[in-house]
Amino acid sequence: MRPFDYSRADGAPDAAAKAAQGATILAGGTNLLDLMKLEVMAPEAVVDISRLDLTGITPTEDGGLRIGALVTNTDLANDRTVRTQYPVLSRALLSGATVQLRNKATTGGNLLQRTRCPYFYDTGAACNKRDPGSGCAAMTGCNRILAVLGGSDHCIATHPSDMAVAMRALRARVALESPEGTREIALADLHVLPGDTPEVETVLQPGEVITSVILPPAPPGRQAYVKIRDRASYAFALVSVAGIVAIEDGRITEAALAFGGLAPKPWRDPEVEAALIGQPAGPAAAEAAADVLLADAKGHGGNDFKIPLARRTLKRALRELTEATS
Amino acid sequence: MDGQPQSKDFSVKFTMDEAQPRVLDRMAQGLLGTAMDRPEGRMKVTGTAPYAAEYRREGLVHGMLVRSTITRGRVTGIDTEKVQSMDGVIAVMTGGPLVRNPAQGTAHEAPAQSLPEVFYVGQPVALVVAESFEQARHAAQALTVTYDRADGADVDPATASDTETPEDDVLSQGDIDTAMKEAAFAVDTRYTTPPHSSAAMEPHASVASWTDGRLELHGSYQMLRHNVAELADALGVDEADVRIHSPYVGGGFGAKLGIAPEAVAAAHAARELGRPVSVVLTRPQVFEMTMRRSETTQRLRLGSDAEGRLTALGHEDWVSNLPGEAFAEPTAQGTHFLYGGDNRYFAQTLARVHRPCAGSVRAPGEAVGMIALECAMDELAEATGIDPIDLRLRNLPETHPENGLPYSERGLGDCLRDGAAKFGWDTRKPAGTRLEGDWWVGMGVASAVRVNALMNSTARVTLNPDGTALCETDMTDIGTGSYAILTQIVGEMLGLDASQIEVRLGDSDLPKSSGSGGSWGAQSCGSAVFLAAQGIRKALAEKLGVAADDLTLKDGTVTSGNVQHGFADLIDSPLTCEGTLNPGDTADAFSIAGYGAHFAEVGVHRDTGEVRVRRMLGVFSIGRVLNEKTASSQCHGGMIWGIGSALTEEIMHDPSDGRIVNHNLAEYHLPVSLDVPDLDVVLLEDTRDDEANPIQAKGIGELGIAGAAGAIGNAIYNACGVRVRDFPATPDKIFPHLPETD
Ligand SMILES: Cc1cc2nc3c(=O)[nH]c(=O)nc-3n(C[C@H](O)[C@H](O)[C@H](O)COP(=O)(O)OP(=O)(O)OC[C@H]3O[C@@H](n4cnc5c(N)ncnc54)[C@H](O)[C@@H]3O)c2cc1C
Ligand code: SF4
Repeated sequence: MRPFDYSRADGAPDAAAKAAQGATILAGGTNLLDLMKLEVMAPEAVVDISRLDLTGITPTEDGGLRIGALVTNTDLANDRTVRTQYPVLSRALLSGATVQLRNKATTGGNLLQRTRCPYFYDTGAACNKRDPGSGCAAMTGCNRILAVLGGSDHCIATHPSDMAVAMRALRARVALESPEGTREIALADLHVLPGDTPEVETVLQPGEVITSVILPPAPPGRQAYVKIRDRASYAFALVSVAGIVAIEDGRITEAALAFGGLAPKPWRDPEVEAALIGQPAGPAAAEAAADVLLADAKGHGGNDFKIPLARRTLKRALRELTEATS
Repeated sequence: MDGQPQSKDFSVKFTMDEAQPRVLDRMAQGLLGTAMDRPEGRMKVTGTAPYAAEYRREGLVHGMLVRSTITRGRVTGIDTEKVQSMDGVIAVMTGGPLVRNPAQGTAHEAPAQSLPEVFYVGQPVALVVAESFEQARHAAQALTVTYDRADGADVDPATASDTETPEDDVLSQGDIDTAMKEAAFAVDTRYTTPPHSSAAMEPHASVASWTDGRLELHGSYQMLRHNVAELADALGVDEADVRIHSPYVGGGFGAKLGIAPEAVAAAHAARELGRPVSVVLTRPQVFEMTMRRSETTQRLRLGSDAEGRLTALGHEDWVSNLPGEAFAEPTAQGTHFLYGGDNRYFAQTLARVHRPCAGSVRAPGEAVGMIALECAMDELAEATGIDPIDLRLRNLPETHPENGLPYSERGLGDCLRDGAAKFGWDTRKPAGTRLEGDWWVGMGVASAVRVNALMNSTARVTLNPDGTALCETDMTDIGTGSYAILTQIVGEMLGLDASQIEVRLGDSDLPKSSGSGGSWGAQSCGSAVFLAAQGIRKALAEKLGVAADDLTLKDGTVTSGNVQHGFADLIDSPLTCEGTLNPGDTADAFSIAGYGAHFAEVGVHRDTGEVRVRRMLGVFSIGRVLNEKTASSQCHGGMIWGIGSALTEEIMHDPSDGRIVNHNLAEYHLPVSLDVPDLDVVLLEDTRDDEANPIQAKGIGELGIAGAAGAIGNAIYNACGVRVRDFPATPDKIFPHLPETD
């Protein structure tokens, strides 16, 4: 770990001001500190926001929910409103990491956690994201957990969050604060695809701090989170599906589906949902939706299996979402 | 030693040349075999048992090893200057005695010291020493090392150009090709298993200091007598000038059998700097700089007659290691004597590759060899239509099928039969016929076998007039329960309550034991303690003028005839005896092994192919049980390893440079609690093995893993009809082959 200046923010504006001067934000630290020990990230200054009062979960006027950036993954998963109105979010959170990590991990930090691409964590390996221009060892290396959608020739890292996948299905928005003021963006727009600048992962401007995440009112329909991984717990998703589906008279009337483990950002494709609307719930609809989802999917050897696995996971999720209600 | 030495030495030197009477059965204390708690358990769970990295010395400084980032070549330069001016940095050490990789178990000499030559990504190339651990780690990251790279080094065993198939290891008996052709049923199949890591919880750590030319090293090691020799050799000093302490070891599993790079580095730096030096490996370094288990490719050929009796048995395997390393995973070790078949063929090919060193990882050989053998047996059962348990029972040979030796106690048949009854084997359905909700459910069985080895071992026991006793040996407790069982043996032999006994372990200045490894610790060191205690009994008997057999020692009293004595009546100074055990003729006259049977029930998801183990039963025949709790724990641990090797564990090497890609516990998937269902362990009664050693106990530290993954693989097949031949059985190996269910 490189020596660094440490300060504790006395409020979101202070954090934003320090971040604008180049300080890196420290929340739960479960990702940042590991990266600093490995010197994958070596900030000269760190501003600790962990004691700020951003821990509330409060209803919004339109019947949604505002989640403070420092609400822990544990608290969010166990919140009564989340469990009853947004079970997909609760389940996604509980499928992530371990109890100990979730107790520390925060909502803002979870959204901005870095990829788990193993080469990104190995400073002796080529990685365009860590060291732009050095190459991408994963492309021909061990890429089992990496992306089949949305990647580029420069980087195929996946975004590892489960929480963000559920939030994407729930059409979450993200509130930001910077010395210039505040703004709100769709979670859909927070992360960017790697293109030829994989080191750029979000649209956040220097000095922008996440202060909260806003969920619109829960959409009608059943919710489910299905996560396929290499062991029963404590593993990142190979493929995950966050789904919210409503059915009338055996036909799908509304569908929101987001995918984890497949892409550099929580993945959502309106055409997939369009392919489902109006269809009778069943395997044929699932197959059709999977065809759309995976039309441009590209494997890199070790992760080829994710393409058929995504199809099967989607099928399984849709069965879970529709059988119980039909 | 306190007090006066006794006038006559009752120390016992014993060689295991013939079957031994069950002396322990005649003892009266009733302590041995019970589920006694570990005496040191409380210290461990309250964090007061000090582990190596926790030793603090006046003036202690911290070293961090620097890894090679190239696969093969030479170090041409190390820019020490830049680093030397960094905060806290004291020294940068390059070359010298730094070792390439750990010593292999029982090597008794230094491992390769190859610098400036580099053989794999992750090899230690330098040591940075600083005032704090953090400063050393940062400086190690900043150190610039330049290399002259050698291109094209082999990293993939499948395509390696340098391979060896030692003639000595080829066994060809009869004519397997003809036997396979003529067999009523024949299975010719290939399995692969990936490299594994021991992944012990405690990383390798050493704290070294020199006083008056003698090294004292607190480390985390399994076999101190060998480690002292290895470390002395690496440093170029006399063995007498090296003392290693390893009182507590946070898991070894083979990774701490031989001296590893951190110990040599710490000792070297401490000598150069004249200050105590601590070197603790980071988790990625544990993966890279210590032992891995080799990947294996295995070809199994099984041919049988119409009744399923084996006529042909072939087990060939392909493994790898670094250039120059003598160790080759003994993959087919258990296959040689488990099942019959007149026509047999065994051969092993070792590929030289530039991956981290391969060595012993818990149950070397059987841990992976038994997966392939037991799955192949299941394939034969399927081909013949004979129940898998029945097939195994039909193929238990009368005598060793290659050398004709008789078996000592072999409880395998009982393990299979008793286990089948307990597990409800008769409710097993044909493959791919039991769909429960979204899950295919099935059962599998596998035999367990692990060779049994006895090793030279010495221990010293002292009985004090006040009825307390001290047991001393350089034996280690790597989490297995050595403190507990040695306490129990002393207590049983001398009629003492456990609270009256102190066991001192893990100090290389104490009498030399077998150490922990190869499942030989409990029986070898336990026998030495038993022999020492026998010497004490003899001394007491002589004081009373009776035979040792006529003494009853219980609860601190000595009874002979109708007269009861306290120890103080018989001795006025401490009575000390050494016991020395040597392996002998029984090892050559009998085939001696531990046996067992694994039963697994799994669910396989019908869409996505995840496997969940629902329940598991292991039934074991392991000779005398020394402590019911620690013995069962060993079996539980082994079965959990079996789950890991069946379903989750795999070291991934980069295909182009051989580096270990998943070198941390987030990406190297050990089974977690949710992967492990209720495990049922049964230790068969009355399986004492008189030919094994004077305490009739056999090794159990490794038996529990042998075969466990095979049972799971077979259960997967029985559940969904998919035969996984490439382990671990992650979802991608299964879902493409699942039957359609919609
Ligand atoms: C072994 C392991 C297994 C895991 N498994 C899973 C899993 O299965 N599923 C899953 O979803 N996650 C998993 N995680 C990831 C875990 O969820 C994240 O590490 C955690 O959510 C990050 O939150 P944090 O508060 O600790 O972030 P930090 O580590 O403090 O920060 C992460 C990043 O976000 C930035 N940041 C934090 N808060 C803000 C803010 N308010 N505004 C602007 N920037 C901010 C930091 O600067 C940093 O770059 C795992 C982590 C580990 C270590
Ligand atoms: S996939 Fe991205 S993160 Fe991984 S090595 Fe390539 S550039 Fe780096």
